[in-house]
Amino acid sequence: MARKGSLMFGGRELGSRLIVGTGKYPSLVVARRAIEASGATMVTVAVRRVELGKRGEPSILDVLTDLKLAILPNTAGCYTADEAVRVARLGREAGLSELVKVEVIGDEKTLLPDNEGLLQATRTLVKDGFVVLPYTNDDLVVAKRLRDAGAAAVMPLGAPIGSGLGIQNALNLRLLIEAIPEIPVIVDAGVGTASDAAIAMELGADGVLMNTGIAGARDPVAMARAMRLAVEAGRLAYEAGRIEKKPYATASSPETGRVGGNR
Amino acid sequence: MQLLLNGSATEAPEGATLESVIGRLGLPVARVAVERNGAIVPRGQYAGVVLAEGDVIEVVTLVGGG
Repeated sequence: MARKGSLMFGGRELGSRLIVGTGKYPSLVVARRAIEASGATMVTVAVRRVELGKRGEPSILDVLTDLKLAILPNTAGCYTADEAVRVARLGREAGLSELVKVEVIGDEKTLLPDNEGLLQATRTLVKDGFVVLPYTNDDLVVAKRLRDAGAAAVMPLGAPIGSGLGIQNALNLRLLIEAIPEIPVIVDAGVGTASDAAIAMELGADGVLMNTGIAGARDPVAMARAMRLAVEAGRLAYEAGRIEKKPYATASSPETGRVGGNR
Repeated sequence: MQLLLNGSATEAPEGATLESVIGRLGLPVARVAVERNGAIVPRGQYAGVVLAEGDVIEVVTLVGGG
């Protein structure tokens, strides 16, 4: 059963199923053009200390304000629930948004999530009035617990952050998506090229979130457009309902009336 | 007096307010969030906060990220 309509969570409707990050761009000019080309209406940002001694330099926030994009602060770099809660609260104060992408990382090398810390941070932040979007593993049991904790959506990874490996866990994602029909499932991390985004959407994901796949491409603006089209194509294919896979051929042309045949 | 501002020991005059310290950073106040000794100071209250010796101040903003 296809999930119809647009991507919605926390009482807001997004005009696009693609959410993009704002890090790692070669320049603010390229960032702006790529974000525009992606068609995204919501973007992620990180919360970091103001650099002392740097005064009034142009910032990505100028671009985001100008483009009137919804801002989704993250808790990237946090390794405990307490850190994530602290950073989320600072992000809310800085960005005036109740939205938060919660990351609680459990392993430096893979940046895989710490399930226990993630659940704890999600519970605390939901109670605190946040619209919580947890970056999670592809484990449907954890996803159910996050849903029960009040997460507005769950954001399972397709592969490690920034790896560009594509969707390494199609079955797990499919099972997770089917297990959580109540809230959107947004595949976050792992997308390296357009087909990866299309695959995520064909699996039934409600959206895709990516950063490096666009920002790190040789031409981020062109890749942003490719991702936009791929997300749309993948979604359409999912809603259209693909044919069943069969081991043998089925002719597309009529079996009867062949030239030189007996009938 | 000495403050710990974003992890750096920083000198500030006695009686300095949070507003004066943040003002020196040159950032629009609309884009920062401030913690004093672990508690968020709501925007609009910076002028009324007189800092004390040894205060730990964190001033953060939003930057590019994924």
